[in-house]
Amino acid sequence: MNYFIRGVAVVATVGAMSLLAFSLPSGGEARGDGGGHDLMPRQTNTNWQQECGSCHLAYPPSLLPKASWRRVMADLDAHFGENASLEPATQADIQRFLEIHAADSGNSRMGDRVMRRAAPAAAPLRITETRWFVREHHEVSRATWSRKSIGSAANCAACHRQAERGVFEEDTVKIPR
Amino acid sequence: MIKRLAGPVLLLLSVSALADAPADFTARYAAQAGVAASTLSPARGEAFYRLERAHPAGAKRSCAGCHSVDPRQAGRTRVGKRIEPLAPVVNGARFTDAAKVEKWFRRNCMDVLQRECSAQEKGDFVAWLSQLK
Repeated sequence: MNYFIRGVAVVATVGAMSLLAFSLPSGGEARGDGGGHDLMPRQTNTNWQQECGSCHLAYPPSLLPKASWRRVMADLDAHFGENASLEPATQADIQRFLEIHAADSGNSRMGDRVMRRAAPAAAPLRITETRWFVREHHEVSRATWSRKSIGSAANCAACHRQAERGVFEEDTVKIPR
Repeated sequence: MIKRLAGPVLLLLSVSALADAPADFTARYAAQAGVAASTLSPARGEAFYRLERAHPAGAKRSCAGCHSVDPRQAGRTRVGKRIEPLAPVVNGARFTDAAKVEKWFRRNCMDVLQRECSAQEKGDFVAWLSQLK
């Protein structure tokens, strides 16, 4: 009987806690660069993770400049051929997060690397259009990109097995057959 | 004893009161469509899911195209990311969150049909998915 009560209490507490966690406003704080070998800033935002991350990897904001993110977010009804429209409050929250951590926001080494290679005032819509991306992936052939196991260059996680955790280092790459 | 139980039980009740079940959606869509829930058609829902429709981008689109021909299986987005199964029988999280359900109907109907889905279409669709074993 005692165990039953304890069980009920545990379930209720966990339920209440997870509800709280989901209802809390999502923070836009960066936790800074991962340090050492991990160049991708480990920042996160609940809306970004949930909304962007349900169709593709929630792409790290430091891979595109602010102007690019503004272009992307201005056209979510036709987002690379898909409807990715959002509630206005959610959209504003994500846009703020993206801009705070954009490549040209000056607060990540990853962003600095992307901007060093960028043409002045360029606002590419795709990460794959940045000079940084093209250079880093020059050895990957077109045939590899189009493998069924990969699909497209937008599918970072196909090869970067720890991409969900913000890890993109070369030694974590495994290209699927 | 009653006092010790009251808090957790109340919490449990409030937790379950917030979650919807598939039957809530079929009831809601039937009401919106102005039909009795018992007249919703799983067969129409399945046909709707499988129907391939012309798309301005070129290749034809259907629900099954991304969600897999068997909604008890995982699907893949166009980019290749896994989509958890749609059928409540294998994925208890489906059709429990009204905001989420509406969001995905809005987005995916616009994608596949270039228009919002009607309440009748949504009702038939949920009726089919929720009776899969």
